[in-house]
Amino acid sequence: MKNNISVHTITRIAVFIILSFAVFLLFAGHNNPGGGFIGALMTASAIVLLYISFDLQTIKKVLSFYFPYLIGTGLLIAMGTGISSMFFGYPFLTQFFDHAHIPILGNVELTTALVFDLGVYIVVVGVTLLIITTIAEDDS
Amino acid sequence: MSFLHIAIIAPFLFALIIPFFYKKISSVHTGWFVLVLPTVLFVYLLTFIPTIADGEVVTHLLSWVPSLGINFNIHLDGLALLFALLITGIGVLVVLYSVFYLDKDKESLHNFYFYLMMFMGAMLGVVLSGNLMVLYVFWELTSLSSALLIGYWYERKKSRYGALKSMLITVSGGFAMLAGFSLLYVMTGTFTITEIIAQVDVVTSSSLFIPTMLLVLFGAFTKSAQFPFHIWLPDAMEAPTPVSAYLHSATMVKAGIYLVARLSPVFSGSSEWFWLVSGFGLFTLLWGSFNAVRQTDLKSILAYSTISQLGMIMSMLGVGSAAAFYGYKAGFTAATVAAVFHLINHSTFKGSLFMVAGIVDHETGTRDIRKLGGLMTFMPITFTISIIGAFSMAGVYPFNGFLSKEMFLESMLHATDITSFNMQSLGVLFPVIAWVASVFTFVYSMILVFKTFRGNYQPEELEKKPHEAPVGMLIPPIILASLVVLFGFFPNILSHTIIEPAVKAIYPVSLTGVEHFDIHIKAWHGFNFPPLYMTISIIAVGVLMYLTLTKWQKIYAFLRLHKKDPINYFYDGIVNRIAPIAKKITKVPETGLLRDYLAYMYVFFIVLVGYTLFHFGGFAIDTNNVAEIPIYAWVLVAIIALSAILVPFITNRVIAIIATSFVGFLVALLFVMFRAPDLALTQLLVETVTTALFLLCFYHLPELRKEKTKPVFKWTNLFISIGVGALVTTMALSSLALGNKKPFESIADYFLKNSHDLGGGDNVVNVILVDFRGMDTMFEILVLGIAGLGIVSLIKLKMNGKEDL
Repeated sequence: MKNNISVHTITRIAVFIILSFAVFLLFAGHNNPGGGFIGALMTASAIVLLYISFDLQTIKKVLSFYFPYLIGTGLLIAMGTGISSMFFGYPFLTQFFDHAHIPILGNVELTTALVFDLGVYIVVVGVTLLIITTIAEDDS
Repeated sequence: MSFLHIAIIAPFLFALIIPFFYKKISSVHTGWFVLVLPTVLFVYLLTFIPTIADGEVVTHLLSWVPSLGINFNIHLDGLALLFALLITGIGVLVVLYSVFYLDKDKESLHNFYFYLMMFMGAMLGVVLSGNLMVLYVFWELTSLSSALLIGYWYERKKSRYGALKSMLITVSGGFAMLAGFSLLYVMTGTFTITEIIAQVDVVTSSSLFIPTMLLVLFGAFTKSAQFPFHIWLPDAMEAPTPVSAYLHSATMVKAGIYLVARLSPVFSGSSEWFWLVSGFGLFTLLWGSFNAVRQTDLKSILAYSTISQLGMIMSMLGVGSAAAFYGYKAGFTAATVAAVFHLINHSTFKGSLFMVAGIVDHETGTRDIRKLGGLMTFMPITFTISIIGAFSMAGVYPFNGFLSKEMFLESMLHATDITSFNMQSLGVLFPVIAWVASVFTFVYSMILVFKTFRGNYQPEELEKKPHEAPVGMLIPPIILASLVVLFGFFPNILSHTIIEPAVKAIYPVSLTGVEHFDIHIKAWHGFNFPPLYMTISIIAVGVLMYLTLTKWQKIYAFLRLHKKDPINYFYDGIVNRIAPIAKKITKVPETGLLRDYLAYMYVFFIVLVGYTLFHFGGFAIDTNNVAEIPIYAWVLVAIIALSAILVPFITNRVIAIIATSFVGFLVALLFVMFRAPDLALTQLLVETVTTALFLLCFYHLPELRKEKTKPVFKWTNLFISIGVGALVTTMALSSLALGNKKPFESIADYFLKNSHDLGGGDNVVNVILVDFRGMDTMFEILVLGIAGLGIVSLIKLKMNGKEDL
């Protein structure tokens, strides 16, 4: 691949903007448009951008995730939030929330739904990247 | 559980230990062990004779599936006892005979005796069952074991053909019978035979009476080899001769007769039953005897002879059924008495004749009467037995066949006295057919004896030097032949012990009010007795025909009967052609092309849903409650529609992908317009990702197949797609209009109200996704995970489909 400095430079900046937007979407989801699914797709698109502008092998060295593990972890988190409510005698997947006062951040709403959403996020990132890299790597 | 129950089950249990005898005690012929059981059963059943002769009925109840009315009940009356004695008695003789017939080193005896015991138990079950469903179970077991026995020498093609044929025919009859029994249950609410007989007026007045009768008779006729279902019996002669003697002359083929007799109290008295049973019986009698004359194989002659004799018994039962119409006056019951008597006689002489045929086959190596001849001097004892058997079959004094043949002729003559059932005009046929068939019976009986034992001895045609059979092989036919003579001279030893209770079972006292049937069988009725002259003329014409056999036998070639029974052409035609025809029919819709199957599915969808929609008045259009449509919505929808319509006309794949995603992005815009930000965001991102994937896959398309052809256009596809689109649109409009008519409160209000308080979030969509309906989301991410792993395994594991095999 030819050295394309302008693309590389822009990508480096753009990826961080996209990633931060993705994280914003994930956390904003409960009260504003967004959520785990969209945030994950946004994250995946940021990484896809990296794959496109750099080399597949290079990015794999930098972001050496094994995606099937990501999928498993995400599913475990999502199910774990569901099961954890059962330990307290509530039905499966009962969500709780509370408002806590945390220094610096101020009044923050803490909710178990966010953990569930995090699970969704990890699964979707894993699946999207797994599919794209697998197809792209396939030489036959 | 009584001893009679155990008697039925005993052969099955005994069958299980037969392989043990065969493997462990191989020095002794397995048959000697097997011989014990039928002997014990026979002796045990003999002890019932006094009880049954007193007119009692032995019943034992045993619950099996009481909730369905299926119970393993024993009903031992005269008819059942007669059959049970035949089954066990001839069973003893057949097992003894088979010990000498089958070689213990060359044959797989454990199979043979296993099947034989299975058959014996099943047959005992058929005749002793008091419940129709249990009777059916044993009935099918007889079909199964019979097919196994016919196919005993399974390496021979003809054996397999015969086994398959008998299986197909008898099992189809069995199924019909099951349907008939079920209809009887529908009418009476019980499967117990005695209870059905008690409700005979319910059955006869029901509209299901005729179908039930036809179904039951279909079962009985197939089993008892009545025309046109008789064709399996000659092919069943591929079985070992003991099997032929046992199953195909004495017991199994009489199961149909048993069924007709057993259900006579229910059906007799109606003209349909009378005509079906006696009509089919008489025609079978004629057809069987006519065809037996042209056979050249000993066992084939006997097979057609059995068919003919079974037809004779059946016709007597049919004529006897008229007695129900005439209040069971003594004269009209004579036919049934004759049927029962002939049933016994036939078992004795036909069993012995089969055994004789087996001996001839065993000692000379052939059964072809064209090769046999002059064996009298080599096998005097066999010759004597066959003389007795054949003359009894022909109806010659002093054997028992003479008596039953006279009774048969008498009852057929008596049938002309019946004035109902249209018998005034057609009744004259009965004695005429009986007479003609009896002449043919006489002729083939003579062929059987004289072509085999008299005439020229042809040593060059025979494989072995003929000699007399071993004693053990001769004992069973000798016993049967002595019974033939015994019953011939002293017919009345049976009349009160066996025959009268059997007739009472066919004409139950509860229906007839007749307590006592006066049965007195005698050989001499004086000169004023028409059957006597009929018998004399039969013998005279028969002798004449036998002597001129070669002159008139050409008639078979003329009638095209000389090769095989013409009914076989139908059977072979059906069996051989049904698979190719089915294949052809299957190939019409099953083209293997996915697009055809899609077309079927959509057409089916259009027809079914469209019919339902319009048939039940589901079509409605209501514009009252429609929101105002802004101008930009019109524009957007118009663009979407246009680009969607254009997609099929694009010939370049890349452009088609771009156009498709264009529609997708426009839909995202639609979501924006309808204020669904989450959906719009997701739609945008998913559309981007899928477009990327599409392009990726397109890039990977193999070089050779990169055809840039125009999509094929077909009018049918156009119509189907327009139909589906129109139907779905109609459904949507109708459901909107009907939904407005009966509005339900939307659940959306609940979510809007409680999203903040219960879910702790203001994004209602997200709260629904992760909180209210979190379970759905959880499984959706599971679906995503599975899809991802699926793609990986498809690409990474390059299996070529042979790993699992």
